[in-house]
Amino acid sequence: MIENLGKYFVMLRGVLSRPEKARLFWKSLMNEIEKIGLSSVPIVGVLSVFMGAVIAMQTASNMDSPLLPEYTIGFITRQSTILEFSPTIISLILAGKVGSNIASELGTMRVTEQIDALEIMGVNPLNYLVLPKVIAAVMMFPILITISMALSLWGGWFACVQTGLSDTETYVYGIRAFFGDDGTGDITYALSKTLVFAFLITTVSAFYGYYTKGGALDVGRSSTKAVVQSTIVVLIANLIITQLVLI
Amino acid sequence: MIELKHISKSFSGKQILFDINAKFEAGKVNLIIGQSGHGKSVLTKCIVGLHTPEEGKVLFDGRDFVQMDGTNRKEIRKEIGMLFQGSALFDSMTVEENIMFPLQMFTEMSKEEMQERANFVLERVNMTGSNHLFPSECSGGMQKRVAIARAISLKPKYLFCDEPNSGLDPKTSIVIDNLIKEITYEYNMTTIVVTHDMNSVIEIGDNIIFIYNGQKWWEGTKQDILTTENQEILDFVYASQFMKQLKGKLSSRKD
Repeated sequence: MIENLGKYFVMLRGVLSRPEKARLFWKSLMNEIEKIGLSSVPIVGVLSVFMGAVIAMQTASNMDSPLLPEYTIGFITRQSTILEFSPTIISLILAGKVGSNIASELGTMRVTEQIDALEIMGVNPLNYLVLPKVIAAVMMFPILITISMALSLWGGWFACVQTGLSDTETYVYGIRAFFGDDGTGDITYALSKTLVFAFLITTVSAFYGYYTKGGALDVGRSSTKAVVQSTIVVLIANLIITQLVLI
Repeated sequence: MIELKHISKSFSGKQILFDINAKFEAGKVNLIIGQSGHGKSVLTKCIVGLHTPEEGKVLFDGRDFVQMDGTNRKEIRKEIGMLFQGSALFDSMTVEENIMFPLQMFTEMSKEEMQERANFVLERVNMTGSNHLFPSECSGGMQKRVAIARAISLKPKYLFCDEPNSGLDPKTSIVIDNLIKEITYEYNMTTIVVTHDMNSVIEIGDNIIFIYNGQKWWEGTKQDILTTENQEILDFVYASQFMKQLKGKLSSRKD
């Protein structure tokens, strides 16, 4: 494990260097933004709407006490969405989608000697292949998470109104309740940890893909390891960031 | 010219290469032959810098590649073209993009100049008109030719070919062999071909090195290899039934 950690940091040194050619880097970055960011919008959207709806309905069905005001539904949906559901759960979903994609792409390039070809040409493969992915993820994850927050709250509203658990006015009041300085702080916290997750997911997945040895089976193994390890790393980072920022 | 001096390499304590000395001259097709698992590929990877030998020097026209810093290594790498066993074309790029990649990376050519160069090398490998195909749309032989075109796009001084005929039929193999030979003479490159294809040995081998158990066992020309008495080479050259029968026929004809 310590050896892997050392290798990971050596890899980061290769990744975080100045790109050889700005024009090629820009082209790769645009491709990655499309692959990592834009192509993830549908899955993030669908998940967010349904999860928001479920959170709102669960909250409503668990509100037994008459002392709890009805706007609690909107309030709890907002807090759950902004603090945990959107930044963490969506990041975990993206660890599966983006992480496996990165690991299998790099793993395949490794076993088919494409990475060796780059190295022999004098190109830094880590910088050329991994840096655009990291930057694209760091740029796009916060946007995806913001979309997720909005759609999740919309999903909660839709479920409440359609099932008669609450009306629009009360739900919207709940969403806006106590959203002063603390509320915007929650968003800053959520987006900050999203940036960390984006970096961890792409670099951990790239690590497992880049150092693949063997053949097609090993590419599959690397891809699985990348998803499992980046999920664990995200959960640990979430715990640490929560401890540092909120408590 | 590429010169190897006392190259040794081991992995996890297991010695793979033992004190290898060799000279590969410019304008000649130099072959490294030997059985699988005897160190040919490791030796090639040591020469191109994918592995670092524990001992010895790799001299590219007198410049020691092993001891060099990253910046100087990069300069030499720009002078190297390599044809991989599996072609190693970038799947996400078209044939033209594959060829233009090193040009985009290391030259300040305009798009028109790069396209002109790509068309020229594609014509050179008889692949005119295939600019917009993806590697997955090309046959094995076509992929090899595109890989050669990419390797020579930057006009390299040194060309490495790792088993260029693997997976190809005998007729296509001859086309690839001849192409390697022609461009070596045309551009006066130092070409090193790793192979265990005897047809290639006879077809293009100007200078042949036989690697056996990680050691340089024998060196000579394609004429020498047919007359040598070295038992390990005889076992290698006449391993197939076809070659044994051929040898038998030639001997009886001689008698």
